[in-house]
Amino acid sequence: MNEHIIKDENLVYKKPSTLLDVPMHYCPGCGHGTVHKVLMEVIEEMGIASETIGVAPVGCSVFAYNYMNVDMQQAPHGRACAFGTGIKRVMPDRYVFTYQGDGDLAAIGTGETIHAASRGENILTIFINNGIYGMTSGQMAPTTLPGMKSTTSPRGRDVETMGYPLVITNLLAQLPGVAYLTRHSVHKVANVRRLKKAIMKGFEYQKQGLGYCLIEVVTNCPSNMKMSALAANEFVEQHMLPYYPLGDIKTPEEK
Amino acid sequence: MGEIRLMKGNEALAEAMIRVGCDAYFGYPITPQSEVLEYLSEQDPMSRTGMVILQAESEVAAINMVHGAAGCGKRVITTSSSPGISLMQEGISYMAAAEIPCVIANVIRGGPGLGTIQPSQSDYFQAVKGGGHGDYKLIVLAPSTVQEMVNHVKQGFELAEKYRTPVMLLADGAIGQMMEKVELFPQIPRKKDSELPQEWATTGRGDRKLRNFITSLNIQPEKMEEINLHLQEKYRTIEANEVQYEANNLEGAEYIFTGFGMGARICNKAAELGRAKGYKIGVIRPITLYPFPVAIYNDVASKVKGIFDVEMNAGQMVEDVKLAVSGKTRVEFYGRMGGMIPSPEEILENFEKIFIK
Repeated sequence: MNEHIIKDENLVYKKPSTLLDVPMHYCPGCGHGTVHKVLMEVIEEMGIASETIGVAPVGCSVFAYNYMNVDMQQAPHGRACAFGTGIKRVMPDRYVFTYQGDGDLAAIGTGETIHAASRGENILTIFINNGIYGMTSGQMAPTTLPGMKSTTSPRGRDVETMGYPLVITNLLAQLPGVAYLTRHSVHKVANVRRLKKAIMKGFEYQKQGLGYCLIEVVTNCPSNMKMSALAANEFVEQHMLPYYPLGDIKTPEEK
Repeated sequence: MGEIRLMKGNEALAEAMIRVGCDAYFGYPITPQSEVLEYLSEQDPMSRTGMVILQAESEVAAINMVHGAAGCGKRVITTSSSPGISLMQEGISYMAAAEIPCVIANVIRGGPGLGTIQPSQSDYFQAVKGGGHGDYKLIVLAPSTVQEMVNHVKQGFELAEKYRTPVMLLADGAIGQMMEKVELFPQIPRKKDSELPQEWATTGRGDRKLRNFITSLNIQPEKMEEINLHLQEKYRTIEANEVQYEANNLEGAEYIFTGFGMGARICNKAAELGRAKGYKIGVIRPITLYPFPVAIYNDVASKVKGIFDVEMNAGQMVEDVKLAVSGKTRVEFYGRMGGMIPSPEEILENFEKIFIK
């Protein structure tokens, strides 16, 4: 590379030090890389890397600990919020986050998610909703849109037999233990910036002990949607965001 | 001498947790061990030692809370009974794989299925042979008295931390529910955060340059085999060093009665009745079910006419006894199931039927 131009005075952008210098396994155009980076930027900027403990799920982000230079545990499928509860209860002065996909959080782990939220556990969940099972290559997720095709709904999700998408973030809003619920995306630069601010708020609220915080990120899965990265982002904009509208769903002021 | 009390097994188990310096208990109510969380809730261990207790939404959540908290290097324990322990198996497999020390107590009730709330020993296979998926073992301690419920909590954590492995206490509903005199060990202080194991635990990076991470995942088969080999090597070390058993009247014995936990207690009484009738009967009681006391069985096998194994199940430990004696002597079994407890007279009668007449 052009190492001779990488000098402090020329530097306008760099990888956060909290992100390890290893190639990521994510597919080109996938939203995970962006969310990882933004999350690690926040942890670096807040200066909390040495006192943060993360929980990786089962799903595409199972290897999150390979990239994030904060102490991490990898939970069985769906159990990240139980892990987060266990960690936070014995290490109450640490920042604790879980990083989970839609299958993990809203299918197999629904019980753990709802109860951690209901208890008002002081943890932050980053919830990646791309409407599909990525790691197992394209099966229907709890968040797959009506009519959307997947390998287990090849003729499109038929809500009569397969049920409706679970809009779990809205479901959580009625729980008094929940402090902060907000929905974001990373398909455009402006959205990435808004997500970053939300993550910062999430950790701030955790510091103040306000209760459970969850940030949903509606994103793409180019490989399993069988689209180019750009087309997958278009799909997010045109089809997913109408079903999962962006913005705050609950803030500590409304708690 | 420590403090002496008359206590129910489940309550003694709970009191021992507080005294051993546990940092957290996560559990879910199930008969016949619900007194554990009730006793803890009443005691308010947070005010006594700073120990966290939390009633989880399920056994699945409880075991995963244990994993998270124990992964921080803390002393963490959970208890349940048979169906609840079945629900925990995935989490136990993860902890064995990721080498997370913790203690899990199973106060067994009769199965299969929802079964009965009466005492049983029918979870021997589940505890001793792995239980969850994959090649792993738990160190399994089998208390036969309320006193041992207490002692095994302390010993359980010592072994768990020495070998970085989950340890299971395999009790049964009778030991959980009955009251006996018990001597309690004095309060052990909880570990300070500065004493947590920095070489593996997720405590927050602190001064470390690189993170610690805990996972049981390795998609490269060569690497995953290496991890398996490492675990197996650890199990061989445990087998070589940690066997515990109790034996009596082996000298000149013609028959051996054997069993574990509650079964062994009844065996002792039955052997006593048998000796009074003139039979030369010794008793072997494994305290560690894994590692199994293979050598002592193999040793006595060439000296006796037979081994009579008694369990409150359909015959589980008897398979390990047979493996241990390797055909050198006759091994017979008598058991009751579904929450039934055999009486000493019943055991002796069946011994006579099988071996004498």
